[in-house]
Amino acid sequence: MLTYIIRRILYAVPIVIGVNVLTALLFFYVNTPDDMARKILGEKNVTPAAIENWKKDHGYGLPAFLNTKEAGLATVTQTIFYQKSVPLLWLDFGRSDRNNIDIGREIGRRMWASLAISLPMFTFGVFIDLFFAMMLAYYRGTYLDISGVVFCVIMMSVSTLFYIIGGQFILGKLLKLFPISGYDTGVYSFKFLVLPVAVGVISGAGIGIRFYRTVFLEEINKDYIRTARAKGLSEAKVLFKHALKNAMIPVLTNVVVSIPFLFYGSLIMESFFSIPGLGNFTIDAIQAQDFAIVRSMVYMGSILYIVGLILTDISYTLVDPRVLFE
Amino acid sequence: MPTPVLEVKNLKTYFKTGAGVARAVDGVSFEIARGETFALVGESGCGTSVTALSIIQLIQDSGFYGGGQILLNGRDVIPLSEKEKRKMRGNKVSMIFQEPMTSLNPVFTVGDQILETIMLHQKKSAADARAAAIEMLRSVKFPNPEAIFDEYPHRLSGGMRQRVMIAIALCCKPDLLIADEPTTALDVTIQDEIIKLIKELKESMGTAALLITHNLALVYNNAETVGVMYGGKIAELAPARALFKNPMHPYTIKLLRSIPGRAMRARPLDTIPGSVPPATAYAEGCRFSGRCPREMQGCAAIEPLLSSREPGHFAACHLYDSDFMKTPDSTPLHREAEILPIISTPPDMRETLVKAAGLKTYYPIRKGLLKRVTGYVKAVDGIDLTMKKGSTLALVGESGSGKTTAGKTIIRLIEPTGGEIFFKDARLTHLKESELKTFRSKAQIIFQDPYSSLNPRLTVGKIIEEGLLTLKPGLDRKARLEKIASTLGRVGLDAGAMERYPHEFSGGQRQRVGIARALAVDPEFIVCDEAVSALDVSVQAQILNLLKSIQRDFGLSFLFITHDLGVVKYVADEVAVMHQGKIVEHSATEELFSNPKHAYTKKLLAAVPRMGNDF
Repeated sequence: MLTYIIRRILYAVPIVIGVNVLTALLFFYVNTPDDMARKILGEKNVTPAAIENWKKDHGYGLPAFLNTKEAGLATVTQTIFYQKSVPLLWLDFGRSDRNNIDIGREIGRRMWASLAISLPMFTFGVFIDLFFAMMLAYYRGTYLDISGVVFCVIMMSVSTLFYIIGGQFILGKLLKLFPISGYDTGVYSFKFLVLPVAVGVISGAGIGIRFYRTVFLEEINKDYIRTARAKGLSEAKVLFKHALKNAMIPVLTNVVVSIPFLFYGSLIMESFFSIPGLGNFTIDAIQAQDFAIVRSMVYMGSILYIVGLILTDISYTLVDPRVLFE
Repeated sequence: MPTPVLEVKNLKTYFKTGAGVARAVDGVSFEIARGETFALVGESGCGTSVTALSIIQLIQDSGFYGGGQILLNGRDVIPLSEKEKRKMRGNKVSMIFQEPMTSLNPVFTVGDQILETIMLHQKKSAADARAAAIEMLRSVKFPNPEAIFDEYPHRLSGGMRQRVMIAIALCCKPDLLIADEPTTALDVTIQDEIIKLIKELKESMGTAALLITHNLALVYNNAETVGVMYGGKIAELAPARALFKNPMHPYTIKLLRSIPGRAMRARPLDTIPGSVPPATAYAEGCRFSGRCPREMQGCAAIEPLLSSREPGHFAACHLYDSDFMKTPDSTPLHREAEILPIISTPPDMRETLVKAAGLKTYYPIRKGLLKRVTGYVKAVDGIDLTMKKGSTLALVGESGSGKTTAGKTIIRLIEPTGGEIFFKDARLTHLKESELKTFRSKAQIIFQDPYSSLNPRLTVGKIIEEGLLTLKPGLDRKARLEKIASTLGRVGLDAGAMERYPHEFSGGQRQRVGIARALAVDPEFIVCDEAVSALDVSVQAQILNLLKSIQRDFGLSFLFITHDLGVVKYVADEVAVMHQGKIVEHSATEELFSNPKHAYTKKLLAAVPRMGNDF
């Protein structure tokens, strides 16, 4: 078990380094610091001297990957890559280009607002989707099942924006149950969170229910389910004990990988509901063309994805005894 | 007379399908006395499994009962509430299925899966139930029941899993045990073990058994009464010995004659033309009409009733209905076609076609943090084989013995780890893939599973053409199409088959496509990897005849990989017995069967159920 986990983590090391290099290529080579300076200082009346100044002030004054003017180790260390990208490996995000704020601290501060909506959204979402999926699987082939699937397809065909604006209009504006948008800290945040969480759960339900239903139906046709029935077990027991644990394998693939992303927040939800989380942070940074923040967020997204995959692999070992047996 | 454990009366189990109502079981009646073993025999699609699932009341979704009764200890189970049915399942009636590999839940331990049944049906404390489960594991012959209790199914072999299934089925001492093809998926030596175990346990518990199988030898040795099913009906019902000694129904007679091994090697096997009709489209009269060698004018229109010739022996055939035989309906339609003997002279065993010397195929075992190679699975461990031109060499052995790996290595579908392969004296082992082209067209393979070995998205024409395109690049399109059409004709399919997709064919026809695919590139050597194992007896006979006739016509050499010794006896000139990656015995077929030398060969031969000398 421990060797398995260590091996999975070791596999991740080269991937993390690869991601770091690729991000640096994207931000320092494809889109050069000169481009950045020009965008920030204004395209038209910018002088080469102003660009050089901006670069020097923001730490982009060095060559991108190889400093031929220096000797020895300094050829590598006196570069933008080494100064700006390598510290990302130990999660040192540096300072933003515009306001010179500490990005790491800002992430640490805003993460909690993101979590406040994404965690309940995720938890309720998974349980509600699984519940309805199992109900449809239990009543498979009946009109309840068929109409449920049709309803799911309708739900997944509607844009998320529709749920957001619809929810804000009906629950916020007409019924005045919740504030349309905004955020507060501590327990006061509750009234602000209900609406985005509800909208998030509902907008994802169509896809979730349909996927889990398919997973359950696939399990229900397996031979061991027939054995369970032949033992005299009730259909509910067959479904909730025998099928569920096996169905957890594909379900986990889908679910666990997204757990780390709960920290990352949601771009659309946060900007529509004015939640001061990381999603909002990213959108603001894109609008302000603050490349240091965007680069940090892109890199962090990749890292969280890798963490998600490792967690998925580990979670398999908890439900499927066959994984460790190779 | 005491009430029988089970009385099935005119049972009709139907399914709603897109093509109409499928009458899978259509008026079946039989009874099983306490402690008796009743065998239900039939090819796939004849309704045996549906009968079993009806008895345990596990017909799903689109199925429904069109009539009849299933009396278990005198009480009809069909009208029972779901709750009462659950009390019956696993407790009064239990079932073992064909697929031990998939019938156990992979995420629960063996012990949990037995405990579950005990706790469900018996009022026992957790400790008592655990003790009972361990006792049950001991009685299915696990030497270490406590350890097995905590194992997960994937750590057990097929035979061990089937023993766990038996433990689950018998832990509540049921009145009736249904065993649906319990040994079909297992190796012959394991089959013997499992069937003996079932027999021993059912006798000690006084349980009656319904044995569903297509293996007639198994029936002969283990059942008291036999029902032969065809087209959802019982065609013949008889005490086992009487059925084998004196079969009445033309279907039974044909079925018995199509078993390979018993027939003379020089003669083709008896076959039944066509295939089992679909359950949505049965003839109004006898369902065997159209395939029956003794069909009479009225057979297709008038339904035959069960008639008896001797006590307890019934057949649903007009031949035994004296009233029917007096009417003009009894005019024979056609005479049984004379079987033309294949003039098969024993092959001239002088010319060597393929030779393997010291052939080895190892798979690395990787362990630990860095996945270092810590050892090897020696799938093929230094074998020497010589295949003579125009002859058949059978490679027999149990699953895991390495026979399939050996076959694939010889035609270099798997790279050998060591040793040499020669084709007509040319050394193949060191040729690169690009240099192998000539050899590839000369050596072909036919796979076991006709369902999964053909690409479902390609037409049959394209499947065959693919080989021609790579291996016969000289042919233009017209020549290729001619070649495909003539090859299809040779394997008994019409040229129209070219435009159709694999799923439109039956299992036997697909295997013909597989043979055509191999044959199209003019091979001299074909590896038949369990090529007839997945087929029903009567279809198997058709395919074996086909293989023998193309061998004679094209002078082919076959490497016949199989676990079925009956097939070996019928097709092989020589036999090599493989055990744990090594060849333990290699001799002429007659010699091997009459005078086995190696202990393993003796064990293998002893495990094969025999049908005695009754016919």
